[in-house]
Amino acid sequence: MADQQARESAPRRSNAKVIGWCLSGVVGMFAFGFALVPLYDVFCDITGINGKTGGRYESTERSVADMNRTIKVQFLAQNGPGMPWIFRPVSRSVEVHPGEATTVNFYAENPTSRDMVGQAVPSLSPSEGTLYFHKTECFCFNQQPLAAGENTEMPLVFIVDQEIPSHITKLTLSYTLYDQGEPQAAAASTTTNDNG
Amino acid sequence: MSAVADTHAQDHHHGPASGISRWLLTTNHKDIGTMYLIFSFTMFLLGGTMAMVIRAELFQPGLQIVQPEFFNQMTTMHGLIMVFGAVMPAFVGLANWMIPLMIGAPDMALPRMNNWSFWLLPCAFLILVSTLFMQGGAPNFGWTFYAPLSTTYGPPSTTFFIFAIHIMGVSSIMGAINVIATVLNMRAPGMTLMKMPMFVWTWLITAFLLIAVMPVLAGVVTMMLMDINFGTSFFNAAGGGDPVLFQHVFWFFGHPEVYIMILPAFGAISQIIPTFSRKRLFGYSSMVYATGAIALLSFLVWAHHMFTVGVPVAGQLFFMYATMLIAIPTGVKVFNWVATMFRGSLTFETPMLFAIAFVILFTIGGFSGLMLAIAPADFQYHDTYFVVAHFHYVLVPGAIFGIFASAYFWLPKWTGHMYDETLAKTHFWLSFIGMNLAFFPMHFLGLAGMPRRIPDYALQFADFNMVSSIGAFMFGTTQLLFLLIVVKCARGGEKAPAKPWEGAEGLEWEIPSPAPYHTFTTPPEVK
Repeated sequence: MADQQARESAPRRSNAKVIGWCLSGVVGMFAFGFALVPLYDVFCDITGINGKTGGRYESTERSVADMNRTIKVQFLAQNGPGMPWIFRPVSRSVEVHPGEATTVNFYAENPTSRDMVGQAVPSLSPSEGTLYFHKTECFCFNQQPLAAGENTEMPLVFIVDQEIPSHITKLTLSYTLYDQGEPQAAAASTTTNDNG
Repeated sequence: MSAVADTHAQDHHHGPASGISRWLLTTNHKDIGTMYLIFSFTMFLLGGTMAMVIRAELFQPGLQIVQPEFFNQMTTMHGLIMVFGAVMPAFVGLANWMIPLMIGAPDMALPRMNNWSFWLLPCAFLILVSTLFMQGGAPNFGWTFYAPLSTTYGPPSTTFFIFAIHIMGVSSIMGAINVIATVLNMRAPGMTLMKMPMFVWTWLITAFLLIAVMPVLAGVVTMMLMDINFGTSFFNAAGGGDPVLFQHVFWFFGHPEVYIMILPAFGAISQIIPTFSRKRLFGYSSMVYATGAIALLSFLVWAHHMFTVGVPVAGQLFFMYATMLIAIPTGVKVFNWVATMFRGSLTFETPMLFAIAFVILFTIGGFSGLMLAIAPADFQYHDTYFVVAHFHYVLVPGAIFGIFASAYFWLPKWTGHMYDETLAKTHFWLSFIGMNLAFFPMHFLGLAGMPRRIPDYALQFADFNMVSSIGAFMFGTTQLLFLLIVVKCARGGEKAPAKPWEGAEGLEWEIPSPAPYHTFTTPPEVK
């Protein structure tokens, strides 16, 4: 009988222990699910696999253009759902030498009768080229306000890295422009987007 | 496993309560197991009805019966109900019934939590099914609920769907904790881990998988909830998020999930084949290690579901090889089952028929899985009926046949009566033929390019689709026969002895049939 009592009381303690371990596993994995979000961003930043180009590029050394190679850079512009602006690249493509800084412009016009704010999100294809495409200035770093009927040309300054693998001869940069609402409302939220 | 030294006395001092409160308030593992199994079968019929709607619409090209919007709701709800409502609860039900009996425990370790984890399920599915009657209809984005289909473009009922997923997740996690606590703490003296029946082993590993991935599922639906209702941008590119992230997080849950649905079936088959081969299971310890290996590998292969989203070549190679690696422990299992049957004195009672069909047909599903794992070829198969054929071959003759085999195997223990063998064999053969007729042509349809989740198709697919629909109707209708067999068996029939199967081994056969309300109140001694 004493033996049986020992058996009955022993598991009670260890049940609590097992539940404790299991629950910490559950909480840990729930947190891990959310940790995947920043981990994914870091991983994509390092590898460039999702085509998200990096933030502002600051060169420490003066780069020399590699005149032997030419890379064709194509530009696409499209609107996110419900975005009424006219948005297009001024030139559809440019040919650049790796290492030289190039400026291109994108045209945006707000044809509506209300003041609006837009935010462009870039994506580069092939994603393998993402690590070698540096933007020293980009309208996508900031939100772009446009008053009703206003239009503007938005600059992009970029350098294609000399280290770009030799099999990449063409890069396509696509921008999607999203509606960020009224200027006041948008000013309250972040004004810069480092992912841009 | 081993003989029981102490055949304990049956004490009937305390039976079940009467009336509805017996079922509402019960903490008895057998009652809860029964409720899980009944619930699972109800959901199986409901999800099956939806499959019948899908196949009726696909019987002929063109739109005849339902509108595309409703068709999408049917494919989504069919998947969700079968995965979370039919297969998973059925295995939890089997675990509840059999694990305490197999390890010589008087009940589950946490009986009150057991009651709660069951009763959460009907609530969750009431919410899920009620979305069918809401404005905008039920979820219509596929059971994988990819963002932004489920966030930006989802129907208003998506929030109810998320809540239902949360509740069923909590239920699964509680069930898993219960299994782990029971197996670790409640084994009879002498029942070492490596003496445990395979079904207990596979369930222990499944429970760890559940604890590892159900919270990730809860996390991903929580992110959806916040994107939909609180203006965050986890999966919204406009706010700096990424829809592909959804697929990564979802499949990090989703791939282990498919093993959650198959590992307990592996365990049950590993009980049944030795019984009817009258031999010990070949390679018991390799079976245990193979199960563990499959569980570990399942965390490293998730991106094979998303080769076409633009995974870099290095990633494709990694996930391709990691996926193919799973064929090795799975192969170990299949060969062990075959080796168990080799030179055994086989008899072909219904559980054995289902088990043999399981081995053959699951292997077919495994091979089409290997084909899908080949990254360059996957671009051709992706999102076609080939994928539908593949996962129905692993889930229907895999998980579902595993459940049927288990049900026939243990019905005499549960009810105290033998089931009607003739009817049961009819059930098997009609299921076997219907299932193959329904799903085998889908391989050809997929290879020819028919996309999945579309209510209409090009004319050249008409014949195979008609065959497939006929097979599906046959398989679906046959399941009513199973209901009849079980009801008949519960009500009466030939008295079942304590050990109705000549070759059976294990503690569950040492107690009388039907299993008394309380068993192993004094722990048996396992030598």
